[in-house]
Amino acid sequence: MKRPGIFKFTLKQKINIYGYLFTLPFIIGFIFFFLYPVIQSIVFSFSRLIITREGYRLEFIAWQNYNFALFINPEYIRTLGETVGGMINNVVAITIFSLFAAVLLNQQFRGRMLARAIFFLPVIMGSGVVLMMEQGNYSMQLLRESQAASGIFSRDILAGLLMQIRLPQGMLVYVIDILFNITRIINRSAIQILIFLAGLQSIPPSLYEAARVEGATGWESFWKITFPLLSPLILTNVVYTVVDFFTSPENQLVQLIRREAFGGAGYGVSTAMSFIYFITVSLILIIVISLISRTVFYQD
Amino acid sequence: MNKKSINSVNKEFKNIHKFYPLSIRPDRLKNYLYVIIRAVLIIGICYIIIFPLLVKLSSALMSLTDFYDQTVMWIPRNPNLNNFTRAFRDMEYPVAFVNSLLLASLVGFLQMISCTVVGYGLARFKFRGQSIIFAAVILTLVIPPQMIMIPLYLNFRYFTFFGLLPGEGINLLNSFWPFVFTSLTAVGMKNGLFIYIMRQFFRNMPRQLEEAAYIDGASPITAFLRVMLPGAIPALVIVFLFSFVWQWNDYFYTNIFMSGNTVLPMTLASLRRIIEGPQTTAVINAGSLMFVAPLLLLYALLQRYFVESINRTGLVG
Repeated sequence: MKRPGIFKFTLKQKINIYGYLFTLPFIIGFIFFFLYPVIQSIVFSFSRLIITREGYRLEFIAWQNYNFALFINPEYIRTLGETVGGMINNVVAITIFSLFAAVLLNQQFRGRMLARAIFFLPVIMGSGVVLMMEQGNYSMQLLRESQAASGIFSRDILAGLLMQIRLPQGMLVYVIDILFNITRIINRSAIQILIFLAGLQSIPPSLYEAARVEGATGWESFWKITFPLLSPLILTNVVYTVVDFFTSPENQLVQLIRREAFGGAGYGVSTAMSFIYFITVSLILIIVISLISRTVFYQD
Repeated sequence: MNKKSINSVNKEFKNIHKFYPLSIRPDRLKNYLYVIIRAVLIIGICYIIIFPLLVKLSSALMSLTDFYDQTVMWIPRNPNLNNFTRAFRDMEYPVAFVNSLLLASLVGFLQMISCTVVGYGLARFKFRGQSIIFAAVILTLVIPPQMIMIPLYLNFRYFTFFGLLPGEGINLLNSFWPFVFTSLTAVGMKNGLFIYIMRQFFRNMPRQLEEAAYIDGASPITAFLRVMLPGAIPALVIVFLFSFVWQWNDYFYTNIFMSGNTVLPMTLASLRRIIEGPQTTAVINAGSLMFVAPLLLLYALLQRYFVESINRTGLVG
């Protein structure tokens, strides 16, 4: 096929052009609505923003905002530490819980469809405005407290029981912490459960059959078959959970940053704070990914 | 194993059958125990998930006297719909509902189109800089939106098409335009995830489909529109649903771009300011229920799509 005209491309050039053509919307959006704001916020973090009648004006003040965030503001460093600590706790708990729940939901039982539907419900309800309205909602808290107190398994009794078992101090604190936050952990692991569930369903049943023929127990085949084959997804889920936790608006530090931006120390300080936060979390992500990906097992 | 031992084992088995009636043999007993424990766990977790809904429902149905009555725990003694009517009025529900529905549908539709196109481009064409663009997609997921919140706000407040328009710019806030721009260019809320989903989906589709189309003389664009797109409808539906639900629930972007408008997230949040007195929480609970009701309806109808979403898109495989 010969086409007259000045536009004659080799196949490789054509593929290049179509590649750019298809990704063009994202390239435009990334530059204008992402990269540009990011650069702007870097600039903001080094300056003082003054709103004038025509728009806004920037005044360069070098490291002052960072200095203020790190050394002068009394809350920031403490909240940062708490948030990162809470994040690590949450990620471990959510990953373990979602793996457990996915294994449960993968078994055959009556009403499995309904159980799956309910487990996934938090994606619909447990985010955004509704959750925000629950914070500081007095009746919800009261009812929760009264429920917790009236049940047989009230938190305090469970905590007391755990004290009786001689767990190591650190572990005890961790277990009790999880116990107190079980609602939040369950509500946040919906997507992770889905990912694990999909992974479980992609494991060929013949592997389990072979293991059973060889005399493996359910426990053994979980650790020798299920766990290694799911390990890439554990990495995926850990990364997803970290990102989800760290961008969620209920996060304490995010709220602090928001408060500072509107009516606190100003935009500059707020962007400096979010930068420090972002760098901290990126470091954690890099460490976690490199640690986990060493132990991940790929089938092929 | 010799014959003797086999015989003895058989005997033992028979003895077991003799001693225990069929239903409570030890292995069965173990099995039943397991089934019971599993049922308790699953029901317990489901209860924890549904619990907030139940609390909201019961407190929204309570009248003022029930609220103060110590003996009323769950089931209101004088149930009425006052809280719902009040929330309905103060949220300006009909107007806000229509606006929210329009916004979420528009955003869902635009993001579905843009993310599909970009995902296809990343999945099927090996071009220079492809890996950089993919890295950029992941970066948009990882950087918290809070970081670019203020520059985005200012950009849309004094919108000059990035210096192309003269003067101090147009105020695009309190309109759908910020959402249209970010959705159309696939950088809206969680769009990195959608692009990733579409990319994985297209990568799992057989290449022969397009090759056949190319041999018949189709250009990449017609091949995409005529051959690949019809096969990708399940993934498209999933992206639309997720995008719709997240936009409906979103407070963050809506608060930045449309804080002065009658959309459901804003009017629901405003209940806290408007309503005073002991009924506040009950009205808020009624409002929250009315807020999630359309989503619950959608979920009940299309539950299969949500639950099977990750399987269908091949995100894992």
